Amino acid sequence: MTAEALPAAAARARPSRFARFRRWVRSDPRAVLSIGYLVLLLAFALGAPLIAPYSPIEQNVAKILAPPSWEHWLGTDDLGRDVLSRLIWGAPNSLYASLLAVTVAIVLGVPIGLFIGYIGGWVDQAFSRLIDALLSFPFIVLAIAVTGALGIGLTNAMLSVGFAFAPFLARLVRAQTLVVKNALYVDAARGFGASTFHIIWRHIVPNAIQPVIVQVTLMLAIALLAEASLSFLSLGVQPPAASWGGMLARAYNYIEIAPEQMYTPGIAILLTALAFNALGESMRVALDPTMKRR
Amino acid sequence: MHKLPLVIGNRLWQLLPIIVLATFVVFALLHLVPGDPALVLAGDYASDERLAEIRKLYGFDQPLVVQYGLWLLQVVQGDLGRSLLSSQPVLEMILHRLPNTLLIATYALVVAAFVGIPLGVLAAARSGSRLDSFVTSIASLGVALPSFWLAMLLVLHFSLQLRLFPTTGAVYFTTDPLAAIHYATLPSLALAVGVIAELTRQVRSALLEVFNSQYIRTLRAKGLSRTAIVWQHGLRNISVTLLTLLGLQVNRLLSGAVVIEAVFAIPGVGTLVSYSAINKDFPVVQGVVLILVTMVILINLIVDIFSALLDPRVAEAS
Repeated sequence: MTAEALPAAAARARPSRFARFRRWVRSDPRAVLSIGYLVLLLAFALGAPLIAPYSPIEQNVAKILAPPSWEHWLGTDDLGRDVLSRLIWGAPNSLYASLLAVTVAIVLGVPIGLFIGYIGGWVDQAFSRLIDALLSFPFIVLAIAVTGALGIGLTNAMLSVGFAFAPFLARLVRAQTLVVKNALYVDAARGFGASTFHIIWRHIVPNAIQPVIVQVTLMLAIALLAEASLSFLSLGVQPPAASWGGMLARAYNYIEIAPEQMYTPGIAILLTALAFNALGESMRVALDPTMKRR
Repeated sequence: MHKLPLVIGNRLWQLLPIIVLATFVVFALLHLVPGDPALVLAGDYASDERLAEIRKLYGFDQPLVVQYGLWLLQVVQGDLGRSLLSSQPVLEMILHRLPNTLLIATYALVVAAFVGIPLGVLAAARSGSRLDSFVTSIASLGVALPSFWLAMLLVLHFSLQLRLFPTTGAVYFTTDPLAAIHYATLPSLALAVGVIAELTRQVRSALLEVFNSQYIRTLRAKGLSRTAIVWQHGLRNISVTLLTLLGLQVNRLLSGAVVIEAVFAIPGVGTLVSYSAINKDFPVVQGVVLILVTMVILINLIVDIFSALLDPRVAEAS
């Protein structure tokens, strides 16, 4: 290979960042759309105090269950509060809830999975039994039981959901660890005298992490739906704070007078869950070289 | 076939520790966290002596493991304790409500199986076609749909506007089967949609995997039509997967039922557990968890037995 051919080959192998971005947009419009939606939602969530036209808890007794108008684009609820503002203020709560639950699941599940998968033996046996036990719970029931014990409220509810998710991640990470720890290159590293910590951190974690990333993204959707469910059951967000699930619960009481109140919070939950799911699926395809794009 | 009793015995032996562990986890969580059940019983203005008396009476002053042991001993004798709020026996409360929950869960599972499996087969048989992408998109939508929101929309359109179904409540199946099914239809539909979506996706991907295997290619090469392959070979090969999938949905259905029952004000175990959790009625929460976990585990056992019957390889592996 001549000296001039080298840069040319490198350029072919590595297209410009913009070209790669364009190719990605074209090859996976679903992922782009999802990321775009989620970024927008995050912006709404962070900028809620600036964007929301009214305070989410300001009551206007003169205007109860008003239909959509120029003043209140989505109408007002049973206490005369602006529905659009409550919808916007619900975004930070829902995102916080999903992230909290998934973070708890990662913090509990990943180290346990790595540890028991690597160490094996009776510790693995015992923990795997415990994981099986926890997985046989209908997870909302487990979350309700734990929330009841911790005390109702959004943070406690999502801690419980995270606790209920943890065994799923632990089992996944354990299985990945079992595969990787017997790989030849890990044996080689061991032969070179690498420490256990080094092997776990440099070899097992990077190789086991991909399915975890996919699973975690899909879990964000389940956590969001769980938050909505628990808030609907009044175990989650407590009034007067706004949450999409809580808004649905309130709207349901006035279903015969103002049915239109039920639509927007439901659509918000649906779109957000859809975006998390689509993102997770796209990552699964992107990260898995054996999977053909169908 | 003679291996079957061995499989069952083996599984039962593995299941017992799972039930004990699962209930212990919940027991420990309910007892370790702050919040004194004695306060719930005694009310806000109880004296310290009265609280101590109640703790002694209910055994709240004993170490956790002792309390759990005593509870387990009672459970084995068929006594789940009494509600702290209504002092009714917990088992009676659960058995009174369980039929309503089981009806909507079973109904939903049947609907889901009859819709989800054919949809998955259809999508897989025509994979890559427009029909396939349509079915797959609808399934993605179904997975992300909050079931309680769908329930509310069903109530709005089918009971309040069209007046085809009752809005709330439930009738025991044993009292009046037709009325029971009439009442259970909307809740079950709301519950079924998520399961249909999940089944469609899983059946589709399981079938596609089978289609990629060598012997199916051989069959195709021999000139067998795609439809014949799906019905004669594809479905038979995924029958065990299908059974496992249906078994896994039970967990999802019971989770979903908790919320759906709230929408339709159905007196089932779901409404019971959320009401009891909010009011810190721990013996009831504990009892519901025990019963539901046992049910899930037993259903998985039944799935395992049928899998062993359907596929000799499974029996061999156990």
